[in-house]
Amino acid sequence: MTAPNLNINLCGIKLSNPTILPSGFLGTSKSLLKRVADNGAGAATIKSVSLAPREGHKNPTVIPFEAGMLNAVGYSNPGAEETAREFANINEISIPVIASIIGTEADDFVSVVDKLSETQFSAIELPLSCPHTPGFGLLAGQGTPESTRNIVSAVRKATKLPIFVKLSPNIPEIGNLAKAAEDAGANAITAVNTLGPGMIINIEARKPVLSYKVGGVSGPALRPIATRCVYDIYEAVKIPIIGTGGISTGRHAIEMIMAGATAVGIGTGIYQRGMDIFRKICQEMETWMSENNFNNIDEMIGIAHD
Amino acid sequence: MTEELYFEQPVMMKIDKIINESDDTKSFMFRHKLGYNPGQFIMVWLPGIDEKPFAVSCFGEDFFGITVLERGNFTKLMHKMKPGEQVGIRGPFGHGFSIPDNVKDGTGSACIIGGGCGMASLTVLIEKLQGYNTTTLIGATTKTKLLFKNRYKDITIFTDDGSEGRKGYPTDILEDLHNKHNYNILYTCGPEIMMTKVYQFCNKHDIQCEASLERYMKCGIGICGQCVCDGQMVCKDGPVFNSQALDKMNDFGSYSLLKSGQRVSLKEYGEWRGC
Repeated sequence: MTAPNLNINLCGIKLSNPTILPSGFLGTSKSLLKRVADNGAGAATIKSVSLAPREGHKNPTVIPFEAGMLNAVGYSNPGAEETAREFANINEISIPVIASIIGTEADDFVSVVDKLSETQFSAIELPLSCPHTPGFGLLAGQGTPESTRNIVSAVRKATKLPIFVKLSPNIPEIGNLAKAAEDAGANAITAVNTLGPGMIINIEARKPVLSYKVGGVSGPALRPIATRCVYDIYEAVKIPIIGTGGISTGRHAIEMIMAGATAVGIGTGIYQRGMDIFRKICQEMETWMSENNFNNIDEMIGIAHD
Repeated sequence: MTEELYFEQPVMMKIDKIINESDDTKSFMFRHKLGYNPGQFIMVWLPGIDEKPFAVSCFGEDFFGITVLERGNFTKLMHKMKPGEQVGIRGPFGHGFSIPDNVKDGTGSACIIGGGCGMASLTVLIEKLQGYNTTTLIGATTKTKLLFKNRYKDITIFTDDGSEGRKGYPTDILEDLHNKHNYNILYTCGPEIMMTKVYQFCNKHDIQCEASLERYMKCGIGICGQCVCDGQMVCKDGPVFNSQALDKMNDFGSYSLLKSGQRVSLKEYGEWRGC
């Protein structure tokens, strides 16, 4: 019997497997994304970029806990011009690279897209869902259907690249939000961003550990919520879904695909299993698929639905 | 590593003792066990203020210490602290120095080259290598910046201005020393320009080199990518890198990332860091 085929086609982008590095992990430089590619990822996302450089929140910005991780990095990034320079020779990275773009108003997103127009990114991701950075995501009111429509429509006019819209697990009617993104021209939904915000207090210090006090929850604590969000979104839209949240094994990835995802994001799992988690997950998926007579990813997408 | 020797989240520890090392440098001692290998680092948290990486500069079975140069807001606040006050500690993190078998069995020899506050990353190694065939060279810009000069015997001191020890840099005499001792490994921590010279010397003479690098850090656990140096994460893959790793790191001796992630020359980075 031949080995199962993990190739996927995501909005016309060919991926050798469905694992994707989400934004905010390791995506600061071309050199690290090359290493992510060498470790078996199917695609990678750069650290979110704003028009102007940002230093982000003070440390501590990331703190692990027993069920995952809490982070409030605060969108530190060198700005759109510097990002365009860093990723100028993006073809040196052997896998498709997604540009995650942030802004406050629709015009801000468009300005970043324009600055990156000479680079060879494979897609644009709009995280309209960050729970811990003033002026961006949920704290800029971007988690509503109106705001989502507004921003996606503006970016749609500015680029021919596929647009992925990253949603917050906090939104109760997440299917409606995904539908608004689809109607405005989004080509895929990334579900989900971190949950919360949450808080961890050091009781001896009597202070929250993160300098920003609160941060987004990722990892195992988020996984069942992310799976449900993907399930709901699959019922609401026709465009593909990148299921992200707490996946650290091949079984988790397959579960997310059965909920309706075409591809899966792997972030916090890197802390748990190392950078070669991408290769490990693919091997685990292949083994399970062989044992359960699945030949390719398409056969599994959304099969948990009635 | 057992749970009590490694801390994933910051654990508040009381400052047991404070030692004045020089006019602008103090060591802070903690009565606590730590699963530490020379060259690793810990993150030190001042609640509500900030968190910074530090090498462990004093280490024993039931205590450890860090050495802090007063430079910015964080270190100024630390210098005002008194014994009995608490800071948060997480770690230790990263990969430390390795000691080749031939140095351990006495057939080989090593040289340790520290510059300025980089010495704080080398002291536990110096102590671990006591009794073995090693040479220790320390350098600083001037007499008052020399760290730990009275802590060890048989060290050779250099100052840029000649105010103490030899005038010049530790790297000036490496050739002569190597002719005499035929070193197997050189360890270094200090200004990157000095470490680059040590690394180049090692390559020329086919000696193993291990250098401890400094980059601005955020997570400390290898996921955020802030401290990247040519595909290597200084917090997780380093901070100590050997010759084979350094060979592939073009940013070593040349570039570093600012807090925003902007990649700039080490000169500009140094101006921002105030060193």
